[in-house]
Amino acid sequence: MERSFVAKNPSVLVFLTILSLFTIAVTVLSEGFGIGVISTSFVKTLGKTLCLCLIAVAMDLVWGFTGILSLGHFAFFGLGGYMIGMWLMYERTRLIVVESLSQGEIPPTPSEVVDAVGTQIFGVVGSSDFPLVWAFSDSLILQLILVVLVPGLLALVFGWLAFRSRVTGVYLSILTQAMTLALALYLFQNDSGLRGNNGLSGLQNLPGVTASQDIVSIWFLWASALALGLGYMLAAWIVSGKFGSIIRGIRDNEARVRFLGYSVEVYKLAVFTLTACIAAIAGALYYPQAGIINPEEMAPIASIYLAVWVAIGGRGRLYGAVIGAAFVSLLSTWFTGGQAPDIPLGFYTIKWVDWWQVLLGVSFVLVTLFAPQGIGGLFDLWTNRRHPDRHGANLGPDDGSLREKEATE
Amino acid sequence: MLRHFLAGLAFLCACVTADAQNPGLQTILQEHQEIIAKSSRKTIKPAIDAIASSGLPQAQEMLETWAAKDMWMRKSDGLFFAGKKGEGRTYELTDFDTGDVVGTFEKSELKQLKPNSGIRAMIGTALVQFQLTDPDRAKRLAALQSIQRDPEGVLLEPLRASIKDEPDAGLKAQKQRIERLLTIGYDESTAARVSAIEEISGDLSVDVRAALNPLVVTARKAAAVLPTDANIAVILEPGSEMLTRDQAYDLLVASDLAAPRVSAGDIRAALAANIEGGRVAGIPVAQLNDDATRARAYAALAEAGVVPALVTDIEINAALDTHVFFETYAEPSPEVTAAAARALEQIELKVGLNQTLDLTLDAISLGSIYFLAAIGLAITFGVMGVINMAHGEFIMMGAYTGYVVQQFIPDHTLSIIVAIPMAFAVTFAMGVAMERLVIRWLYARPLETLLATFGISIALQQLAKNIFGTQARPLTAPGWLDGAWVLNDVVSISYIRIAIFVLAMIFLGLFLYIMKRTRLGLEMRAVTQNPRMAGSMGINPGRVNMLTFGLGSGIAGIAGVAIGLFAKVTSDLGSDYIVQSFMTVVVGGVGNIWGALAGAGMIGFLQKGIEWMNPSNTLAAQTYMIIFIIIFIQFRPRGIIALKGRAAGD
Repeated sequence: MERSFVAKNPSVLVFLTILSLFTIAVTVLSEGFGIGVISTSFVKTLGKTLCLCLIAVAMDLVWGFTGILSLGHFAFFGLGGYMIGMWLMYERTRLIVVESLSQGEIPPTPSEVVDAVGTQIFGVVGSSDFPLVWAFSDSLILQLILVVLVPGLLALVFGWLAFRSRVTGVYLSILTQAMTLALALYLFQNDSGLRGNNGLSGLQNLPGVTASQDIVSIWFLWASALALGLGYMLAAWIVSGKFGSIIRGIRDNEARVRFLGYSVEVYKLAVFTLTACIAAIAGALYYPQAGIINPEEMAPIASIYLAVWVAIGGRGRLYGAVIGAAFVSLLSTWFTGGQAPDIPLGFYTIKWVDWWQVLLGVSFVLVTLFAPQGIGGLFDLWTNRRHPDRHGANLGPDDGSLREKEATE
Repeated sequence: MLRHFLAGLAFLCACVTADAQNPGLQTILQEHQEIIAKSSRKTIKPAIDAIASSGLPQAQEMLETWAAKDMWMRKSDGLFFAGKKGEGRTYELTDFDTGDVVGTFEKSELKQLKPNSGIRAMIGTALVQFQLTDPDRAKRLAALQSIQRDPEGVLLEPLRASIKDEPDAGLKAQKQRIERLLTIGYDESTAARVSAIEEISGDLSVDVRAALNPLVVTARKAAAVLPTDANIAVILEPGSEMLTRDQAYDLLVASDLAAPRVSAGDIRAALAANIEGGRVAGIPVAQLNDDATRARAYAALAEAGVVPALVTDIEINAALDTHVFFETYAEPSPEVTAAAARALEQIELKVGLNQTLDLTLDAISLGSIYFLAAIGLAITFGVMGVINMAHGEFIMMGAYTGYVVQQFIPDHTLSIIVAIPMAFAVTFAMGVAMERLVIRWLYARPLETLLATFGISIALQQLAKNIFGTQARPLTAPGWLDGAWVLNDVVSISYIRIAIFVLAMIFLGLFLYIMKRTRLGLEMRAVTQNPRMAGSMGINPGRVNMLTFGLGSGIAGIAGVAIGLFAKVTSDLGSDYIVQSFMTVVVGGVGNIWGALAGAGMIGFLQKGIEWMNPSNTLAAQTYMIIFIIIFIQFRPRGIIALKGRAAGD
C-alpha cells in the first residue's frame, strides 16, 4: 500500500507547525500588529533569516541529497534580488519623478518621465540611459517572472556545460565558485547596467504602499514564512519519491546509477536548476527586507557560508539545513552586532565582534571532523537511530567500499 | 609741447648712440624700465626679448640674477642692479655692465624685483641660448632639457649654432636630435621639414610622436565653397559613416551657417513662457503631455511670430546640399602633413610591435605571479589531491612573516633574505600541523576537506585582522629592486617582476629536483599513486603525506613574501589569489607541474590580452577570463596537460 506523503515525511508536519507557530508568535509580539515586544528591525532580521533558511533548503537539496557541492547558489540568490530590486527601484523613482515633474508649468510627456527616472537611477554611474537589462523593469509581472527565469536560465546553461563534460566533485565546486566570482566582478563594473558597486538601494520602500515599515516588515515575514513552508514541502516531496531515490543514488555512487540506465546529467541538471530558482525566490524576498543589494553580496564567500550553515545544521536532512541556517545566521547577527558580552581575560579582552569569525571557523572544522551529521544528528540520538561508524581504512578499492570497522564489528 | 619734443629728441639720440656704440645693458633695461618694474607676465616679453637679443655677454648673468630674485631697482633713479645682502638691512649693489660695486644702500631705498613663475619660465627660455654654449656641461644639459620640455621656434637658431662647437659627443647627439625635432615643427623651409620628418621616422620615442602628432591634427569645418588656400585632409559627405547628417547640420549651426534646431527642451520652455490663462495657443496646459500636442501648440506660437519656427527636414536637406564639409590640417603645408602622416604610420607599426613585446612581458610576469601562487597548490592539490582552501591564507602568512621580519631587521636586503626561510618555516609548521590535526582524517572525503580547510581559512583571516589590523602593512623591497628595466619608451618591465619571474623559475627547478631526484620525491610519488602499496614497501605514508603537505604550504609562504613585495599586505591578500590559483592548477592539469606552468602562462596571457582589448576595465578582463576558463574546461576537462593511465586516478 502506498503510504501518504505526510506519513513518509513526519518532519514536514512538525516543521510546518513550528513555522506557523513561530510566524503567529512574531506577529503577536511585533510593533505592527501586536504588542510591540519585538522591534521592527528584529522582525526584519527574522524575516531575512527565513529567506536564508529557504536557500539553505535549496542548498541541502543540491548538496546534501545530490552531492553537488555548489559554491554558486548565492549568485542565484543575488540575481533574484536584483530582478525584484529593478522593479522596486524603477517604480519608486518613477512615482517620485512624476510627483516632482507635475509641479512644473507644463505636464510631462511619458518620454520625459522615463528620461528623468533614468537620470535619477543611473546618475551615480555617470549615465542616464536605461541599459537593455532594464527593458522590463516597468512591469511587476514580467520582473517577477524574470526572478525565476534569469537565475534558472543561468543555472541551466552553466549546469548543462558543467555536467555534460562530467565535471564532478571538487572541480565542480571550484567551477561554480569561479562562476560566482565572474558574476560578482561583472556586476561590480559601472557599465554592467546595474549601478556597479552602488547596487540597488531603497528597496524597503514598496512603491504605492503608504503603510509604515512596522506593517510592511510583517507582510514580508508572512511571505517569507509562506515561501519557506512551500519550499520545504516541495523539497520534501521531491526527495521522498523515486526522483529522490535516484538523486541520493547519484550522491552515493554516480557511476553505478549511470550504469543502471539513468541519465545522471538530466537529474543533476534538474536539481541544479530547480534549486537555483528556489534560491532566486529566497533572494527576491530577502533583499526588499534588507533594503539594499550590491555585488558584494554575491562574492564567493557568501556561497561558502551557505555550505557552512548546511553542514553545521546537518546535510542530507531538510530540517537540518533550516536549523543550521537559522542557528548560525542568528548567532552571527548576535555576535557581530556587538550584543554578546566581552570576555575579559585580564591581559586581553575577547571582543566577539573580532573573534566571532575565528570561533565560527574553528567550530566548523570541529563539526566537520567530529560531527559530520551536524546539529541534525542530535535528533538521531533522540530517536535512537545509529549510523555505522565509517572511520577506518577502506577494504575495497573505492571510497564507497566497506570499511575496516564495519567489517570487524 | 616743447617737453615732448625734447623727450623725443633725447630718445632718438639714445637710439642712435645705442646703435653706434653698443650701449650697456642698463640702457636696454631703462628702455623697458616700466614693464620690468611692473613685472607682469603679459607685458614682459619685449623686455626679455630685447635683453636676450642684445648679444651682450653680461646679459646671461643679468637674466640669471633676475630669475634668482636678486635684481634690485634703485628707487631714486630707477636703475637696476644686482643686489647682495650686506650687513643689517642694507644691500650691496653691483652694476651689470661694468661689474663694479656701486655702493651699499638701505633696503627702504630699493625695490626688489620678484618675477613670478611664468616670468621665470620666459627668462629661462631666453637664457637657453646662453646656456647652450656654457662651458659647464651640466648647464648645457639643463638647457637641452628645458628645450625638450617647452620647444619653441626661436630656439632653433641658437641650438643649431651651438651644435658645431659642442665638445661632448653625447650632448652633441642629443642636440642634433632635438634640432631635428625643432626643425620639424618650426623650420621655415618646407623641404627641410620634410627631410627632417623622413629622417626621424621609425623612431619610437615619445617626443618624436609628440613632435609629429600636432602636424596631423585636423579640424572639421563647413563652408559654402571649398576654400583653395587650406590644407584639406579629407572632404566629408553628409550621411556617411564619418559624418552623419545630424553631425553635419550641427557643424553648420556651430559655424553660424544655419539656424539652430529647436530641441524638445526649447519647445517646453517656449510653451511654459507663453501660458495665457491656463492655455497655450488655445490648447489647455493639461493636454500638453505628449509630443504631438506640444508640436501643434508650438507651431501655432511660431505662426503668431512669438517663437522661432521649427527647422523642417526640407530646410535641413537644403542646407546640407548647399554646403561642403571637410577636415583641414592646422599645418598649412600639404607636403609636411603627408610626410608626417607617412612617418606616423611607420612609427605606429613599430610601436605596435613593441607594444606586443611589452604585453608579452607583462603577461609573462603576471603568469609567473600566478605560477608562484599556484605552485604550492600544485603540490597539495595537484599531487596529493587535497583541496586546501586555506592555501591563500598561507600566502598571506608568508607576507606577514616578511613584514614582521622587517620590523626587526631594518636592512631591506638582509631582511628579505631572512624572511624567505622564516616564511617557509612558519607556513611549513602550519601546514604540518593542519595535515596532522585535520586533513589526515578527511582523506576519503574531499568535499569535507574543502569545507574544513575553508573553516581554517576564515579563522586565519580573522586572526590576521585581529593581530595586524585591517590597514595594509608595508613589505618594502630592497633598493636594488626599485626601478624598471627600460628597453625603449614603449617596452619596460620593473625589476621586481623580473625577480618574481626568476623566483618562479627557481621554484620550478626546485620542484622538479625534489620530485624526480630525491628520496622524498620518490616516496611522494609512490604514496600518491598507491598509499597501501607504498606502505607495504616500507614507506610511512602518514609521514610522507605530512611532509608533502608541509612542503606545499612552505612554498606558499615564500610566494607570500614575493607577492607582498608588490601588493599590499592585508588579511585579504590570500583570498585575492585563491580562485586564480585553483584555476591555474585546474586549467593546467592536475598532478603535473608543467600543467601548472602552462595554466599560469595561459591565464596570464589571457588576462593581459583581454585587458589590452579593453584597457579601462580590469574587472571585465577578469570576468571574461573566468568565463573563458569555464568554457575551456568543457573541451579539456582534465586540463591542458592531462595525466593518462593509472596515475590519472580513475
